[in-house]
Amino acid sequence: MTISFGNVEELIALIDHVHGFDMSGYARASLKRRISRILAIYDLDFTALKDNLVNSPDFFNQFLIEMTVTVTEMFRDPAYYKAVREEIIPYLATFPHIKAWSAGCATGEEAYSIAILLHKAGLYDRTFIYGTDINTAVIERAKQGIIELKKMKIYSDNYLHTGSGDSLSEYYTAKYDAAVIHHELRKNILFATHNLVSDGVFNEFQLITCRNVLIYFNQALQRQVIDAFHASLALFGFLCLGAKETISPERVKNKFRIISKTHNIYQKIA
Amino acid sequence: MLELASHIVNKRRSIGVLVVGCSAGGVGVLAKMLKAMPVNLAFGVLVVVHRNAKYETHLEENLATNCRIAIKVAEDKERIRPATAYFAPAGYHLLVEPDRSLSLDASEPVHFCIPSIDVTMQSTADVYGPSTVAVLLSGANQDGAAGMLSVYRAGGWCIAQHPRDAEVETMPAAAIALGAVHQTLPISELITFSQQLNNHI
Repeated sequence: MTISFGNVEELIALIDHVHGFDMSGYARASLKRRISRILAIYDLDFTALKDNLVNSPDFFNQFLIEMTVTVTEMFRDPAYYKAVREEIIPYLATFPHIKAWSAGCATGEEAYSIAILLHKAGLYDRTFIYGTDINTAVIERAKQGIIELKKMKIYSDNYLHTGSGDSLSEYYTAKYDAAVIHHELRKNILFATHNLVSDGVFNEFQLITCRNVLIYFNQALQRQVIDAFHASLALFGFLCLGAKETISPERVKNKFRIISKTHNIYQKIA
Repeated sequence: MLELASHIVNKRRSIGVLVVGCSAGGVGVLAKMLKAMPVNLAFGVLVVVHRNAKYETHLEENLATNCRIAIKVAEDKERIRPATAYFAPAGYHLLVEPDRSLSLDASEPVHFCIPSIDVTMQSTADVYGPSTVAVLLSGANQDGAAGMLSVYRAGGWCIAQHPRDAEVETMPAAAIALGAVHQTLPISELITFSQQLNNHI
């Protein structure tokens, strides 16, 4: 099923009108791929897709799950987490309370990864982590803290490569083919729905991680979201972006200090 | 006859972008092609090489010292410039935006591959249409065949490395089987083609 960029614009307008959901700042090439994929999954043509979006309210939630990329892993890019442990955690230890935000957290793997690092450093009891995503369905999965055992094997390997010295299995209980994250790790995490495009600032954080989310936005929206993160950070708080997401030099100036160029870790300095 | 006619039409039309896909056994040929490209190449080159995100390679740095065109890892939202080859980073699909900038995508693998050749070729054909030239080199899986078909259907020009000449023939053979190839070229002619790219305009 092939669609045109014109169809993409049509759908963006429709989603805004019918569901009040603004996707105008999303990068078009990726949206086009997502829409084509949805048409294939549900075996729909473009007219039928529009019809469903207007007339079946339940369909929109399913649509949104496929529209936004929810691919995630615990300790994805082990070298990045090593940098967090070595460069950020010692600094966070100097704050009396630590509030962290995993923005665009999908099914929560990133929030749980951060929780494990803070727990290992003995900081978890004075930490509170918010995990947010625009997608209600993935937030419900994140809250459960249940991960397929098969995936957990990959995550364990990732964790090993962060050089932490212990095993990921200390943080979950395996039951049949699932891994349940220990309550001890989940008690200070709140998962909630939040839209980066429209909901803006909601707290003052010492750490914000938002990895592989900005790549799906156009440059104007990327700038808007980075400004919102800047406004949501405490002074000397840290912002961690994805491996291929950088803040342009003119926006870094007088606002952030670059902690790691390789891992795109920034610290708010003003 | 029809193919010959479209070939002639194609020669007279300007190339907007070249997209090259390569996997097992193809990196050596890719290097030779990039090395042969002229310093004033009039368009950009998008390159997808299958590789594992877990292992760091220095492919781009090594190539950069040997090539006359610029060689770099593609960055999110950067403009495609002439005489520059943009490599899809390991762990990301490489897409083309309607304004001819690049964007990265960390979604599901395609044919177990991220980056996937299919994804980049389809996205390139979406934007550059008939001015797309696609080249598919040696490789051991099916990725790239559907991408070549998208370029073919958009009116672009599709070249596969000759399967007999390829270290692993599966990938070019799959594109040929799909009827998505205008020309098959052995390595020597792929190099000549690369040297003469500006003459195609």
